[in-house]
Amino acid sequence: MATTTVDAIHAPAEAPAGLWGWISTVDHKRIGALYGVTAFIFFLIGGLEALVIRIQLMRPENHFVSPDVYNQMFTMHGTTMIFLAVMPLAASFFNFLIPLMIGARDVAFPRLNAFSYWVFLFGAVFLNLSFFFGGAPNTGWFGYSNLTSTQYAPGHGVDFWAAGLQILGIASLAAAFNFIVTILNLRAPGMKMMRMPPFVWMTLVTAFLIILAFPVITVALVFLLFDRFFGTNFYVPASGGDPLLWQHLFWLFGHPEVYILILPAMGIISEVLPTFSRKPLFGYAVVVYSGIFIGFMGWGVWSHHMFATGLGPLADSFFALTTMLIAIPTGVKIFNWLATIWGGRIDLKTAMLFALGFIAMFTMGGLSGFMHASPPADLQQTDTYFVVAHIHYVLFGGAMMGIFAGIYYWFPKITGRLLSERLGQWHFWLTMLAMNVTFFPMHFVGLLGMPRRVYTYAEHMGFDTMNLVSTIGAFAIAVSLLVFMWNFLSSLRSGKVAGNDPWGGSSLEWAIPSPPPPYNFGSVPVVHSRDPLWHKESREAALAANQVRGHIHMPPNSFWPAVSALGMTMLMAGMVFGWFIGIPGLVLMLAGIYSWAFEPCA
Amino acid sequence: MTSGSKASRVTRALLPALGALGVLLLGGCSRQDFPQSTLHPTADYSGWIQNLNLQLSFWVVVIFVLVQGMLIVAVVRFRARPGAPEPKQVHGNTTLEIAWTIAPAIILALVAVPTVLTIWKTQTRPPGDLLKVKVVGHQWWWEFQYPDLGITTASEMHVPVGKTVWVDIETADVIHSFWFPSVAGKRDAVPGHTNHIWFTADSLGTFPGQCAEFCGLSHANMRMKLMVVTPGEFDRWVLDQKHAPLEPDSTTLAGEGKRIYSTAACIGCHTIDGVSAGIIGPNLNHIGSRTTLAGGLFANTPEEMAKWIADAPGRKPGAIMFPLASLGITREQIPAIVAYLQSLK
Repeated sequence: MATTTVDAIHAPAEAPAGLWGWISTVDHKRIGALYGVTAFIFFLIGGLEALVIRIQLMRPENHFVSPDVYNQMFTMHGTTMIFLAVMPLAASFFNFLIPLMIGARDVAFPRLNAFSYWVFLFGAVFLNLSFFFGGAPNTGWFGYSNLTSTQYAPGHGVDFWAAGLQILGIASLAAAFNFIVTILNLRAPGMKMMRMPPFVWMTLVTAFLIILAFPVITVALVFLLFDRFFGTNFYVPASGGDPLLWQHLFWLFGHPEVYILILPAMGIISEVLPTFSRKPLFGYAVVVYSGIFIGFMGWGVWSHHMFATGLGPLADSFFALTTMLIAIPTGVKIFNWLATIWGGRIDLKTAMLFALGFIAMFTMGGLSGFMHASPPADLQQTDTYFVVAHIHYVLFGGAMMGIFAGIYYWFPKITGRLLSERLGQWHFWLTMLAMNVTFFPMHFVGLLGMPRRVYTYAEHMGFDTMNLVSTIGAFAIAVSLLVFMWNFLSSLRSGKVAGNDPWGGSSLEWAIPSPPPPYNFGSVPVVHSRDPLWHKESREAALAANQVRGHIHMPPNSFWPAVSALGMTMLMAGMVFGWFIGIPGLVLMLAGIYSWAFEPCA
Repeated sequence: MTSGSKASRVTRALLPALGALGVLLLGGCSRQDFPQSTLHPTADYSGWIQNLNLQLSFWVVVIFVLVQGMLIVAVVRFRARPGAPEPKQVHGNTTLEIAWTIAPAIILALVAVPTVLTIWKTQTRPPGDLLKVKVVGHQWWWEFQYPDLGITTASEMHVPVGKTVWVDIETADVIHSFWFPSVAGKRDAVPGHTNHIWFTADSLGTFPGQCAEFCGLSHANMRMKLMVVTPGEFDRWVLDQKHAPLEPDSTTLAGEGKRIYSTAACIGCHTIDGVSAGIIGPNLNHIGSRTTLAGGLFANTPEEMAKWIADAPGRKPGAIMFPLASLGITREQIPAIVAYLQSLK
C-alpha cells in the first residue's frame, strides 16, 4: 500500500483536534461516528424505558410506576427507538459508508450533513427535556387525535412531542436530500446504478421514502400544533374536524417509515451475507427491484393500521390485498438471501451470525405481519400484544440485528480494530435467546386477549406467567447489550489490528486503509464491476485509488451548521418555553445560515 | 464449536416454539384459564375469524418450517471447512427467482379469497330481526343502551343466546375500541362516527372484554362483561331494567340514602329516573343489579361501593368522579347512600 507516502506528500491540513474539531467537523466519517454514538446512547435510554415497562408488567396489579409514568414510558420508548435510535443508527451507516462505497471524497453537501446531525442531536435532547418540564408526552408514539387535544392532554408533553418530531424531521429531510444527491452525482467513474452495492441502493430508496414521507407527518403535526396553540379545528370533532384525518396522515407517513427503518438493515445484510459466503449476492437485480417495489408499495398499505376504525368492506378488502402484495417482494428478498448463502463457504463470524439472525427473526415478524394483513384476523390481533410481538420481531429481530451485523462488519473499517469474536459470539447467542424469550410469549399473551398499552392487568386473566417470562427476557437483552458494550470499549482500545480488508469484502471501502484517511481515496477510483475487489482487473483499479495523484480538495471545517441547528431548535423550543427562547433562536438561526452561506469554502 | 451443536441449538430454540403454536391452536388452553382469549370463539363472527386464522396459521407454519429449515440446512451444509474450494460464483437463476415470486403469490391468493369473503360477510348487515344495542365509550367505562327497549346501563352487556345483535358503536370523548374477543373482533369508537358490528352468541356464560385503543390514563381500567343468557333470562332482565327505579321506604337507611343522594353533587352526573338526570357518569337506575363497579374494575359489593364513593380518583386513576370532599357528603353518610344504591335492583 502506498499510504505512508501519501500522507507525507499530499495530506490536507489536519482537522482541529479535540472537542472543537468534532463540533466543527464536516467529515462524513466523523459525522457518522457522532450519529452512531449519539443514537446508541438514545437506544440505551429507550431500553431503560422498556425495562420500566417490563418491571411494571411482570406481575398483575403491580405498582412499580404510576399509570401516568407508564404512559410516558411507552410513548417515549416507541418515539425514542424509532426516531432517536434506529433511524439515526442507520444514518450513521449512511454517513460513514456511502462516500466510501461509491468512491467519493465526502457527501455532496458536507456542511448540510453536519447540520443534519446537530439538528438531530438538539431535537432529541429537546424531546427528552420534557421529562424535566412537566412530564414527557403520554399519548403514544402514534399520538392519536383527539386524545392529543388540549382538552384531553392539557400538559406540555404533546407540545414537546409534536415540536420535537418537527425538528427531527428537518434533520432527516436534510440528510435524505444530501444522500440522494451524493448517490446520484458522486459515484466513481464506472459505477453505474446497477453496479452500486446493495446497501447504497437501499440507502437511496430509504432517502426517497424520507423526502416523501416526512412532509406528510410535518403537515399532520402542523395541524396538531395549530389546533393546540391557535385554536384551529383540524382534529376537533365538535367543530366538524375528524380525528381519523390524523390517522390517515400519520400512517401515510408511518407505513413508509416502517420501510425507512428496515430497508437499511436489508441493505446491510445484503453486503454481509455475500462476503461471508464467498459468493456474490444472488439475483442482485431482483433484490434491488424488490427494494424499489417495496418502496413504492409502502405508499399503498397505510390503512391496514386502521382496519378497526370502520373504513368499510371495500377499503378493508383493498388494503388487505395491497398489504398481501407487499409480502411478495419481501419474500423474494428472503429467498434470494437464502440462495446467496446456499452453496457458499459460510464463515460464521459474528457479523454473519447477526445477518443470519436477521433472516430468521425478520421472517417471523413477516409471518405475523402476514396474519394481520387479513382484516378479520387483524380485528382480533390489532392493539394486542400480538402486534407488540410483531413489531419487535421486525424492528429488534430485523432492524437491530441488521444494525449489529453492520457494526461487527464495519467496526474494523471505522476504527482500524476488530471487535472480539469471542465476545461477539456471546453477544449474538445471548441476543437471540433473550429476544425470543422476551417477544415470543407476547404472541400468545396477545392472542389470549391482552391489549397493548395497559399499565396493569387483572390476576385472573392468565397473563401473569407469560408477562413474567417477557420481563426476564428483557433483562437478558440488557445483559447482552452489556456484553456488546464491553466488547466495543475493550476492542476500541486493544482489539486486533484489522488491516485494510479483514473479511475479504467486495466493495470499494475495503480497498483503502482502516480507518480511512480524511480524504478517503488518494485519487478517484475507477470501477469495472459490481464486486470491484473480487475480480482481478477491477481489484487492481480499485487499489490504485490509494495513490495520490494531484491536489486533494477537502471542505474546511465549519461551526455554522451547529449554530444554525441550535438556533432552529431554540426557535421551535420557543413554542413550549416562550418567546425568550424562540426569538434568540430565530436570530441565532438567521445569523448561522447567513454566515454559512457566505463562508469561504476553500 | 461444531456446526452440529450450533444447528441443534437453533433447532432447540425453534421446535418448542412451533410445538407451542400447534398446541395453542388446537385449544391446549381453556377459556377458564384465559377468559379473554381470542382463540375460543363463542359466536358466529368470532368463529369465522377463527377459521380464517387457522388457514393463515397453516401457511405460517409451512413457510416458517421451509425458511428456517433452509436456513439451518444451508448453514450446516455450507459451513466453511478447512481446505474447502472457493464456491461457484452464481449470480442468479431466473427460473428459480420467478418460481419464488409466484409461489408466495399463490399462497396469498389462497388466503386473499377467504379474507375478502369474510370481510363482506361480517360487514354486511344481516337480514331479519336484530337486537339493537348502542355502545358509547367514555373515559373510562362503557355505556350500553338498548334503544328499542328503553334501557340504559353500564359496563355489562346482556344478550340472549342465539339472537343476532346489531351494535352501534360511538364515543362521548376520545377514541376507544370495543372488544369482546369471545364474540367479535374490535371496532373503534371514533368521535363523529357511528361504527357497527354484529354477532350471534352461541354459548351461555359471562365473557370479559375491554377497551383496546389507548384512551388515556385509565385505559387499562376500562373493562366490561358480556352476559350471554337464555332468551327467558334475557326477557326477565329486560323487565327488571325497564321497571322504574325502586322507591325506598323513607324510614329505612336506603330512604335516608336517597335524601342524601338527591342533595349531593351525585345528581350532576348520574341519572336515577325521577331523582336526577345527569349524563356524564353511568346511569344508576338499576345499579344494584350489576355485578361490577367503576368500569368493571371492582365487584359490586356494599364494601367496594363504599370505598369507591369515598375515594373514586384514588381507586381509579384519572376518574372524573369527585373525591368525597367535593361530593358534598360526609364519610358517615356513605353507608346510607350505599344502602340506597344497592337497593336499586
